[in-house]
Amino acid sequence: MDYPLTHRQFYEGLKAGELLGLKCQSCGTYTVPPKITCAECGHTELEIARLNGMGKIRTFTVIRVAPEGFNAPYIVALAELDEGPWLMGNVEGLDVDDNVDGLIGRKVRVDHKVIPPLNYSAGEGVAVTFQLV
Amino acid sequence: MRKVAIAGVGMTKFGRSDKSGVELFAGAAMEAITSSNIKTREVQALFLGNVLGDFEEGQLNIAPLCANELGLPVDVPATRVEGACASAGVAIREAFIWVASGYYDIVLAGGVERATAMDTPLATRTFAMSSESRYEVFTGVTFPGVFGMVARLYADKYGLSLQTLKEQMAMVAVKNHKHGAKNPLAQFQKEISLETVLKSPMVADPLQLFDCCPFTDGAAAIVVASADIIGKLTDKPVYILGVGQGSNGSLGRQKDITRIKAREAAAGQAYKMAGLRPSDIDLVELHDCFTIAEIVASEGMGFFEFGTGGKAVEKGETAIGGRLPINPSGGLKAKGHPIGATGAAQAYEIVKQLRGECGERQVDGARIGMSDTLGGDLATVVDIIYGV
Ligand SMILES: [Zn+2]
Repeated sequence: MDYPLTHRQFYEGLKAGELLGLKCQSCGTYTVPPKITCAECGHTELEIARLNGMGKIRTFTVIRVAPEGFNAPYIVALAELDEGPWLMGNVEGLDVDDNVDGLIGRKVRVDHKVIPPLNYSAGEGVAVTFQLV
Repeated sequence: MRKVAIAGVGMTKFGRSDKSGVELFAGAAMEAITSSNIKTREVQALFLGNVLGDFEEGQLNIAPLCANELGLPVDVPATRVEGACASAGVAIREAFIWVASGYYDIVLAGGVERATAMDTPLATRTFAMSSESRYEVFTGVTFPGVFGMVARLYADKYGLSLQTLKEQMAMVAVKNHKHGAKNPLAQFQKEISLETVLKSPMVADPLQLFDCCPFTDGAAAIVVASADIIGKLTDKPVYILGVGQGSNGSLGRQKDITRIKAREAAAGQAYKMAGLRPSDIDLVELHDCFTIAEIVASEGMGFFEFGTGGKAVEKGETAIGGRLPINPSGGLKAKGHPIGATGAAQAYEIVKQLRGECGERQVDGARIGMSDTLGGDLATVVDIIYGV
């Protein structure tokens, strides 16, 4: 069966400034990032959709001990998009040594950054980023 | 389905070891086999949890090597099981199913890990390989980072100040170190103070070093047998009354990560099979890879209302001597967390507790115990109920 939207196509969308996802023709739920079935009901009739790229931070952490290939400190967060899905990304444009306690609930715009190939990463990657608005 | 029991158990000292993975497992397995009053050639299958043998020792396909080391016959299938930190829990559930089905009578299950063979950056990277590699790993998320996000969301959702939650989390560490101090096989056998936890370096906000379990080498094993023959193996059988396993996707797909749905599913299956409720459980070994992880696990398994697990710790309900002792072994926090072996080490502790062999850390009168092992980004959870 053909993939409705692959992770490479999702990345290419982000690089072109578009947040792509899938809208279920059965239940209307948005599935972001994409997968082969609807994240809510499991249906396979999915249509590529453009999301508005806006959301709010639901939770976050400041990574102080980083994995090989990353330089701490940096913020990792989960944001809830306006259309419903939650995405993981890095909060950018904020000094992590400032008080970050008020971050939950802040409105953000989804952007991206390209991550050069890591060991064991099957090539270049793209991380979602969140810009505070 | 046939009734299934545990005959013998074995476990190495947890901590830093210069033994190989094969040697660690064989030591634990031989203890389990010998104490089951059987010969190695009577074992009919091996399920072995191991997560990172390739990165630790350059060793893939460790299961048949362990089988051969033990002297198991060549017609014994030996299978490595990988479910991240839940690997040995998965292995025990597999052993249970094969025996319950009647296919085998005697199966060896367990796990092994040599995490300290990796330096911290490589260990942090390889542990994070259980995160979603397409959509989440590129953010640099770490395993402590996942539970840092659980903690921040928990405080926000239940309207707790972060300070209050952090103190409750620190009390989990203090309690588990207090328990671990009474466990001769624990990695850390030393009590700590609240201050030690709250002054330790930040790892992944709001988790500090003493909120986190250590990197650990170690192995544990159990002999699982049909209840029909258990009388020949031991006069102190411990029965597996219920098992459950749940699965979930990436963290983003799970949304509210204070509620670990794979755990709620696994615990639900185990209670249903056993015909028991949370109030029937006398002691628990659960997955306290981080202090907040113990709090959410104690809620997800049904012991406390959601949002009140920290309060229960504060009141001493989960300490030995409390209403429901949690992690009398010291848990992952103090006993140590050799990730591929942890589920089997939990089974080891519960079997010893139900047999009344735990000395200073004995939970008096315990008859029913429950284990809970979590793997990956809240993606695999195995819960098992044991009874005598
Ligand atoms: Zn749907």
